[in-house]
Amino acid sequence: METVLALGIGIVFASGIWLILRPRTFQVLIGLMLMSYAVNLFIFAMGRLAVDRPPLTPAGAVPDPAALADPVPQALVLTAIVIGFATTALYLVVMIGARGLAGTDHVDGEEPGE
Amino acid sequence: MNVAWTQHLVVVPIVLPLLCGAALAPLTQGRHRLKFALAYGSVLALLANALALVALADGSWPDGIGVYLAANWAAPFGIALVADRLAAGMLVLTAILALAALHYAQPRWSRIGVHFHPLFQFLLMGINGAFLTHDLFNLFVFFEVMLAASYGLVLHGYNVERLRASLQYIAVNLVAALFFLVGTALVYATTGTLNMADMAGRVGALGAADLGLLKTGIAVLALAFLVKAAMWPLGFWLPTTYAAASPPVAVMLVLMTKVGAYVILRLWLLVFSDGAGEAARYGYDALLWGGMATIVFGAAGMLATDTAGRLAGYAAIVSSGTLLAVIGYGQASLVAAGLYYFIASTVALAGFVLLIELVDRIRTPGAAILALTAEAYAVEDMPAEPKGKGVPAAMAFLSLAFAACALTIAGLPPLSGFVAKFGMFHALINPGPGLPAIGATGWTLMALVFASGLVAIVSLMRFGVRTFWATEMAAPPALHAAEVAPVAGLLLVSVLLTVQAAPVFDYLARASHDIHRPGLYVDRVLGMPPVPGPVLPALPPALPPASPPAEAP
Repeated sequence: METVLALGIGIVFASGIWLILRPRTFQVLIGLMLMSYAVNLFIFAMGRLAVDRPPLTPAGAVPDPAALADPVPQALVLTAIVIGFATTALYLVVMIGARGLAGTDHVDGEEPGE
Repeated sequence: MNVAWTQHLVVVPIVLPLLCGAALAPLTQGRHRLKFALAYGSVLALLANALALVALADGSWPDGIGVYLAANWAAPFGIALVADRLAAGMLVLTAILALAALHYAQPRWSRIGVHFHPLFQFLLMGINGAFLTHDLFNLFVFFEVMLAASYGLVLHGYNVERLRASLQYIAVNLVAALFFLVGTALVYATTGTLNMADMAGRVGALGAADLGLLKTGIAVLALAFLVKAAMWPLGFWLPTTYAAASPPVAVMLVLMTKVGAYVILRLWLLVFSDGAGEAARYGYDALLWGGMATIVFGAAGMLATDTAGRLAGYAAIVSSGTLLAVIGYGQASLVAAGLYYFIASTVALAGFVLLIELVDRIRTPGAAILALTAEAYAVEDMPAEPKGKGVPAAMAFLSLAFAACALTIAGLPPLSGFVAKFGMFHALINPGPGLPAIGATGWTLMALVFASGLVAIVSLMRFGVRTFWATEMAAPPALHAAEVAPVAGLLLVSVLLTVQAAPVFDYLARASHDIHRPGLYVDRVLGMPPVPGPVLPALPPALPPASPPAEAP
């Protein structure tokens, strides 16, 4: 399971890096989103991978810390998702504004060779 | 027992701008006076609060550390805000710069777009939070608050140039934020905590494998701060963004560059202190050499550019690089002088970015063309001597203010920049008892700081001569009193820093001494007891076992 997850995160992150180095803003945006997915998975995995462990204590029983999944990375990933979404949305707005004002979707705001 | 009410002052720098920003957000455009009054009141209150925190940290709090447990959870589990001498000093600096920026923005800049004031308050919240928090993940949150507000502010007054700069600025910072998260996750995976004090206590006991991962994690984390602090080669975005942003926003950007360096200072001294066993002094060399490379890059940039905005950007890079190199040198007395440099250069640069927009009004298109041709054709014979014409007051103010800023940035006497550099050289040459004498790296650092000052004075003088000396066609610019006052105020702060150098230096030496004793922090932060809850009245005797709820018909 570890290998599969590590490979998955690596591939998604690498694709993201390749995309943010592209010259068109939309590709950069998609690259940023892919990278943030990979990072979210990475944070999630930092609480150690375990199957079938609840993050919440069952009602009415004395909780056993050893039987629970680590809740901290889950809380962190939740915050990170929210912030990531918000900033990516902001980038999207700026991107559309730049497209409208500069008339091109090149990241430099002008076509190469112009 | 309750906590003293003064303890609550620690959380005010975060809560007050948040509430004020929230109150400002729904106000419609056009009610400029009301919005300005609210925002100004908030910043004044922040300044008073920060001064009170300085007094408390330097006087009544034991060890100069005030710990505030948000939501009353004990330290490693909850969120601890820590105000020590350094953080309190930074809050004062933030409030002063914010006051100047806001004052400057009042007649014109805050009106050229929507929502300047709320964004400005949120920016203050993020910056103050980053100074106060002692928890890695909250640091991330405050960084994002600060950055999100700064994206909006850089775009404020929306033109093609600002959009182009913002596209790069946002993309670079989003990637840096992702690295921040990766680093935080690695740190959590190895130490099992996000509280910086708790982490410092645990680093010494880590196994070799975990220690390697932790170092990797913090190195990745540092990337995010170094992007903010514009260390070479991560600072390429900075001059473009600074030049594009409107002047009041550029003031806050100058400060944000320093927030990166501040966090590096905090984190490194806590986690990789001398008492951290195998991990002690990890990465200091990278900071030292990276900082020196940054100085070289910034100085070269200053020489190469001829627009004032970019000049300010490269000067900020030089100042940031000097600070990083000072941290990397790893000597407490040098860090104290470096902190003085931090404050002096930030104030001077803030004054400079406000000033250049006023100066640009002199350089009417005609004057700019004249200056350009004079350079291109190396015109030897200058136009006729001025014929006894009196210097208009506006020109006199601008040129004097420019000279003062240039002297401070370059580190020439008599202003605070000189005191700062003198202090750093003094600390380098006299390392104090028990420390190794100055070596080759120390001399290199000194030479670079010296050379960067020389380069700064050359490029600033070139700009000044072209603007004030050789512009006969220039019309005296129209200045608004509200625009002159903050520049004059910042220069006054700079003069005060020079005149009162001894108390300020002493204060910063105490602050530096504190942050070099991480053990004390760990004890104070982790030992802070939560406020005991109210004593509950004795519970009533056990209720009879609840009968199963009646079935709904």
